[in-house]
Amino acid sequence: MNDNIWILMSADAIAIATTLILAGLGALFTERAGVLNLGIEGILLASAVSSFLAADASGSIWLGLVFGALIGAILASVHAVLSVVFRANQIVAGLALVIFGTGLANFLGKPAEGKTINTVIEPLSFGSLSDIPVIGPIVFGQDIITYSAILLAIVSSRYLFSTRPGLELRATGDDPATVDAQGLSVARIRIRYTMFGGALVGLGGAWLMLAQSAGWHQAATTNGLGWIALALVVFAGWRPMRIIFGAVLFGFTLQLPFTLQAEQITFIPSAFLEMLPYLATLIALIALSRPGSRNLLGAPRSLGSPFVRDER
Amino acid sequence: MSNTSHEVAQGPHHTSGAAPTALSAHSIDKKFPGVLANDSVDFDVRAGEVHTLLGENGAGKSTLAAVLCGLYQPDAGYLIRNGKRINLSSPRAGLQHGIAMVHQHFRLVDRFTVSENVILGSRDLPYRLIRREIDEKVAAVAESYGLPIDPEAIVGTLSVGQRQRVEIVKALYQGAEILLLDEPTAVLVPSEVEKLFENVHAMTAAGKSIVFISHKLGEVVEISDRITVLRNGRVTGHVSGRGTTDTKELARLMVGRDIELNSQRATHAMGHEVLQIRDLSLDVDDVAVLTDISFNVRAGEMVGIAGVAGNGQRELADTIAGLISPTSGSITISGAMTTDRGPIAAREVGLAYVPEDRLGVGLVPSMSIIDNLLLTRNRQTVVDRFSVRPEATRLIEQFEIKANGPDHLARKLSGGNAQKVLLARELSGGRTATRLLVVCSPTRGLDVGAIETVRRILNDARSAGQAILLISEDLDEVLSLSDRVLVLYRGAVVHEALGEAAELSQVGAAMAGLSSQSH
Repeated sequence: MNDNIWILMSADAIAIATTLILAGLGALFTERAGVLNLGIEGILLASAVSSFLAADASGSIWLGLVFGALIGAILASVHAVLSVVFRANQIVAGLALVIFGTGLANFLGKPAEGKTINTVIEPLSFGSLSDIPVIGPIVFGQDIITYSAILLAIVSSRYLFSTRPGLELRATGDDPATVDAQGLSVARIRIRYTMFGGALVGLGGAWLMLAQSAGWHQAATTNGLGWIALALVVFAGWRPMRIIFGAVLFGFTLQLPFTLQAEQITFIPSAFLEMLPYLATLIALIALSRPGSRNLLGAPRSLGSPFVRDER
Repeated sequence: MSNTSHEVAQGPHHTSGAAPTALSAHSIDKKFPGVLANDSVDFDVRAGEVHTLLGENGAGKSTLAAVLCGLYQPDAGYLIRNGKRINLSSPRAGLQHGIAMVHQHFRLVDRFTVSENVILGSRDLPYRLIRREIDEKVAAVAESYGLPIDPEAIVGTLSVGQRQRVEIVKALYQGAEILLLDEPTAVLVPSEVEKLFENVHAMTAAGKSIVFISHKLGEVVEISDRITVLRNGRVTGHVSGRGTTDTKELARLMVGRDIELNSQRATHAMGHEVLQIRDLSLDVDDVAVLTDISFNVRAGEMVGIAGVAGNGQRELADTIAGLISPTSGSITISGAMTTDRGPIAAREVGLAYVPEDRLGVGLVPSMSIIDNLLLTRNRQTVVDRFSVRPEATRLIEQFEIKANGPDHLARKLSGGNAQKVLLARELSGGRTATRLLVVCSPTRGLDVGAIETVRRILNDARSAGQAILLISEDLDEVLSLSDRVLVLYRGAVVHEALGEAAELSQVGAAMAGLSSQSH
């Protein structure tokens, strides 16, 4: 058996996990505020193509990343306005956003289909550390965004559980009436975190584009990673630290079929393995859509329901 | 505090030589669509005293409290805090002036710890929270008022009494000088009430002002330094408290003095027993809501259930209507046992039900009058509006419903007309002729004209030989319409009287739980 291919696979799995961590954290912040944004996949696609176009036009990858995050925040603000200000059904609004984001990506990406850009985000160099067998390429062979994403998850965990705004965020998702009674604006908090979450998802989409594929293919860029990110939040129990492990696990599962095929290991059909993450996602999404099972999973109590102050 | 004066004054209370007034409200008006919830109300509370707002549900106590804490803005009138006029635009503004409300429904995050709940929303918190420091600080504040709590406990695991204590500690932590307690004992068991009262005394001893909101006479007399009685949004009396008060007088102030027992009762023969209730009990979440209720209603008889809201009336009605299954006991309508058989079974033997919530439970607001009528009479697959149309037109005329014909949408009807549609549907019967009508608060929120019509409709139905169970918090209504009056208190029938012989003072005392007479 070729050891090298397994090491390469692990490195790739962690790379894919980067998008999942960013998009997962984005969904987590949104949902912790009590807003269910099913439109992650649409945001991911639209920000991926936007970042590609921006990077292609400006020649700067970093500008592409910023642009991707910006588009993510803008699209999420549409969802925020619909579900917080107009109290629309969040599942419907989210699905509309998927369709809109996909269409937007299709439209903007048409001229760029199949095109590649010259520069990609380079892995950081840790000198001789990267040469350590096995660990080197996996741990020290990643780029700055991957390391930042992991750091961000750690910081998010601290933010959520041991800061004042984190406390208010969690309270908003669990019990908006209580937050309202304390004189804090539920709407402002929800809009803020929905947009922040969208920016993180957008960053994930941009990175996926600029570090991973380096060329725009509408049909093959996200592969449903947005949906997987939503499921990831469920499996992580709305805790940032667990997002990291979940993302790596999903990353491995997504990479495994290719490696097995290359190694000609056939005792498990690779189609079955390819299906697994999506099957898990489907189950998680069904659970997420039903209020009963949602509470069982430990979701924020007010997830998906608009807040209305009850007056008489 | 001087509580020796025993007086019933009709204006604002003035006492010299007492502690300074901490907060006062002057000529407060607060209007809601169709209701004047507060009608030039004056109120004041001094430092270190318990001043109670007493009144029935809907008397305007909670509205006044909401105005005092900044949740509602008054339409007219103003507040004075420590001698200065203040304007409260939100509960946060109220808190800045040291005024905090402890809501009847707690505003606590179940999944948070006690200290997380206490500090939530405090403005002077550092950005970074160190759990241990916060726990210590919260415990220290709680301890200083003799309110021991475990700061690390998850609120969802605490008892109701403990949660209430967390709410109080939260208010104190945020610097509250004036605490508004909205029906604080409604959710407590007696031993917890005792503890709450100890806590209240500890707080007043520390110079805090307590505004205590309640409709329970006994506890009000026990805890209050002063009492202000509200009725229909107006102040009906200021009384001094602490056991020196004539509770009968309080009951009279609370339920109203101007009750006319003018009998519109037509003499009529009563028939057989249509509704028979035997030993009916209902527990909800292990709390007894109804206890051992037994009574009959005969054809051509109207039985009135009086009581302060929340003493089991709604549950009783829903149980008879088949919407709730009782824990034990039986219900028989027209000789058929309907216990546990559901609402359709009850309707099939002649039950008609006019619930308290007309547009929510009674009618479908987005449907027309004719479609609402069809709800109870057409259970076929295909809706046949055509054949019901003449009947609908006739009912609109007969019940004096002001509408542009049978296609008028229910939600566009006034309250009185919606009630008439509901009565028309229920009394005209579906496939089974109506034998028993259960009607809840039939005239609440209606204007005088509509009240008269609705009462006439009920009288006519009785004369036509229907058995009627009238459940209402409006004591005047119950006394003037019913042949027999039962008083419900804490889910039990504590008093029974014939309509003509019913004594207001006795019924009022029974409603307040002061009566020892059992039926």
